[in-house]
Amino acid sequence: MSLESMLVVAAALFAIGLYGALARNNVIAVLMSIEIMFNAVNLTVVAFSKYVAPLALRQEIGSVLTGQVFAVFIITVAAAEIALGLGIVFAMYRNTESVSLSEANQLRH
Amino acid sequence: MPLVQDLVFWILSVVAIGAALGVVLVKDLFRSALLLAVVFISVAGFFVLLSAEFLAVVQVLIYVGAISVLFIFGIMLTRNVREGNLPNRLQIPAVLCASLLLVGMIAAAINTDWRPIPNAASQLVDSAQTQSVAGAPAGALGSGYEAPETGLAELLIGDFVLPFEAVSLLLLAALIGGLALARSRGS
Repeated sequence: MSLESMLVVAAALFAIGLYGALARNNVIAVLMSIEIMFNAVNLTVVAFSKYVAPLALRQEIGSVLTGQVFAVFIITVAAAEIALGLGIVFAMYRNTESVSLSEANQLRH
Repeated sequence: MPLVQDLVFWILSVVAIGAALGVVLVKDLFRSALLLAVVFISVAGFFVLLSAEFLAVVQVLIYVGAISVLFIFGIMLTRNVREGNLPNRLQIPAVLCASLLLVGMIAAAINTDWRPIPNAASQLVDSAQTQSVAGAPAGALGSGYEAPETGLAELLIGDFVLPFEAVSLLLLAALIGGLALARSRGS
């Protein structure tokens, strides 16, 4: 296990998530793919904080945690995003009886 | 010990990538939501491997406990049995786009000289990260280094206090926005 292998796994997860976000027709499936992409980014950030600690390490050992703090923020934003996204999906389903992206062509209701 | 780590790493990566492929390829949406939970759990395993135990716990609580359940609720409430999880017409561009990005990212990851920290220091980083939740006892990291007293918490309300406040505002906005979206038009 090295930095490179970790990055390759995260890159594979990100690419799978991108494919899902582009090629699915169901809004909830697209949201799930976006979550996979968020997780891949989190993996990358935490791997960097373990293997490539910043130069500031020499002064203060606390700076090795910066990557983990970034991951905490990403998780928070992802949770907020998914709550709002599902709210929009429900509103859309209430109005059009469908969660298909190709039928989602109006912003008002 | 490194051998065990390698073994766990390979098992986790096979499980994570296989389950992620399942999420985007399986036709039944409910099954793909369950596979998504498997992806989240294996990412939590990666966090343990990367000595980010606090993040692993947070990952299990928030992603596996909350977000997966939210997705399953969403699927149950809007499931259209007739359609399922159909692919759209953009199959070939999507595959092309994703694989090009994958090749680019792998090339960048392998060809870059990352200058990883030396072995002696990586022990130090490991113990600092592992003790980040509880706080290290004095002198645990050897002389010359100031141990973080409370680790992550100190950083969150110290150096990163501005993003921390911004995120709390964002959560408030998401709460109000979710209420506004869920309210029906008449009431």
